[in-house]
Amino acid sequence: MWKLIKIEVFKIFKKPRTYIAFIAIWAIVSLIQLALYVDGQKYIDFVLSGVNDTFKVGGKIINGYFVCFIILQTLLIHVPLLVALVSADMVAGEANMGTLRLLVTKPQSRTTLLLSKFIASSVYTIALLLWIAVIGLFLSMFIFGTDGLINAKSDQIILLNANDVFWRYLCAFAFAELALITVGSLGFFFSIFAENSLGPIVATMSVIIVFTILSTLEIPLFESVKQYFFTTHMIGWKGFFEMKQTAEGDSIPGTIRNLPAVLRSAGVLLAHIVFFVGASIVVFKRKDVLS
Amino acid sequence: MLSSSPFRGRRGFTPYLCPAVIIQHNMNSIIKVSHLSKQFKELKAVDALSFSVNEVDVYGFLGQNGAGKSTTIRMLLTLIAPTDGTIELFGYNLLSHRKEILQQVGAVIERPDLYKYLTGLENLSIFAKMSGIKLSKQQLMEQLELVGLAQRASSKVRTYSQGMKQRLGLAVALVHDPKLILLDEPTNGLDPQGIADMRNLILMLSRERKKTILVSSHLLSEIEQIANRMLIIDRGKKLVEGSVDELFHPDETIVLLETTDKIRTEAIIRQSNYSNALINVDASGIELKMSKEQVPAFTRFLIEQQVEVTGINARHTLEDYFLKITTANQHVEAYKN
Repeated sequence: MWKLIKIEVFKIFKKPRTYIAFIAIWAIVSLIQLALYVDGQKYIDFVLSGVNDTFKVGGKIINGYFVCFIILQTLLIHVPLLVALVSADMVAGEANMGTLRLLVTKPQSRTTLLLSKFIASSVYTIALLLWIAVIGLFLSMFIFGTDGLINAKSDQIILLNANDVFWRYLCAFAFAELALITVGSLGFFFSIFAENSLGPIVATMSVIIVFTILSTLEIPLFESVKQYFFTTHMIGWKGFFEMKQTAEGDSIPGTIRNLPAVLRSAGVLLAHIVFFVGASIVVFKRKDVLS
Repeated sequence: MLSSSPFRGRRGFTPYLCPAVIIQHNMNSIIKVSHLSKQFKELKAVDALSFSVNEVDVYGFLGQNGAGKSTTIRMLLTLIAPTDGTIELFGYNLLSHRKEILQQVGAVIERPDLYKYLTGLENLSIFAKMSGIKLSKQQLMEQLELVGLAQRASSKVRTYSQGMKQRLGLAVALVHDPKLILLDEPTNGLDPQGIADMRNLILMLSRERKKTILVSSHLLSEIEQIANRMLIIDRGKKLVEGSVDELFHPDETIVLLETTDKIRTEAIIRQSNYSNALINVDASGIELKMSKEQVPAFTRFLIEQQVEVTGINARHTLEDYFLKITTANQHVEAYKN
């Protein structure tokens, strides 16, 4: 299986299409960094406009952690679409090229073949997120320096000390990885049914867009079903940037406000991955390869 | 699991050196297909097909487009699951010993589609690894040399011509030194030189490397030139199977006779011992069916009867038979539709 995974990873990174996502992310991150570098104070004034009269926030507000937080909020909506470009192509792309029939005639079980493809697409997702970490977090830390992080929510502003942020980013990136692999598994599942990659890519994107809209709508009809949408749980990474509070309302550094909820979201995403990959294997094992 | 399996202990073999394990196990029949059927919704693509391919056979699999050749080959490669029937390869049930059997099988299925964004060498290396063997670059280059692609080993496959892709597809099929090679319409899309090269390569693999080869085609002449045994199928059913020598040199021959006076000639034939041989009279001439040995005597008889012959043409009944098949109403387009 290790050999097959290496082959699949090799094939992914030999395709020019693979690098579209890396270039797109680099372009978006660079633009955000440039905008905040040139005109960041205005953005901060806007974000803190409701509280500036009440209290003064000191220190270096526009720092690497803050910039990365903005980048993650922006990118983690769009990166799933980039993940779908590759994951939805894993089987359907092979069918379209005509190479799927050659792969299936090799002395490897279909389950092994499919799992190696899924793991390879997950390696790509990890590489993509590492790329975001390198240019979004580390490069921002290099350009803007580090200080405490302001997490401005609609109903409160959370201030995190500089020495209490980095580990949260590590956890957030790990969670985001899980979320993106969930998207990848969905694209992979759709990929089993098609003989060109366009259909599965569009289908994956459509599901993400529709579910995201439904997840964010505050309509009672959808409230009960929202918890089952994986898109609802994909933003669980934000939970790492909230702290527990004392009875007096003081934040407790080094804590996560609702860890069970974050873990539950991770569990739901993991269940989705297992379901999509399991279903893909069941379908693929019975599939007549006619391409 | 396979205590007496011929596939055991075959790791790391040197290409071109057949371990001949199968021969030692006294398995004359490499492919044995029994009552194989495949139903695609309304279409029965393969219908109770039975045949066997012996060791070192070049077995021609003949039929018009949509006859069920590709479906059968795909079932032999586990790409498609049979609706009914059994397949034994090397004496073992294909479905229960899939992995071990496929280590001994190489195939080119219809178009030779490979990774266009990779080089020929990279393609070959990938499929060698997937077949469970690790070859050095030199060994891979030797394989490419065999199919005449060594000079283009580092070129991306997207720059290859159709013939080069076909040859690379064959190199991929051969890279793990399989005992059995399945070729589905290997000359499709090739120019005359490419067809001749492919034919020579198939013959070389059979004669020099002792490979068992099943090759499908819709062209009778192609099969005639390379196969020693053959099967003709139509609409998924077996029509005829046997040695090419027997089928191409049958006892009976169709004689098409053209004369200056067709009516008189017909009358002479009807009054002679050849009356039973007469099968048809139409604008193209007079058709008779007789053994090959009878033809010289028949021509002498015509001369004695002072029949002015303007043309005489003897064709094999198999050719006639196949022509009937190929010109029949077009079979409902296969499963792809």
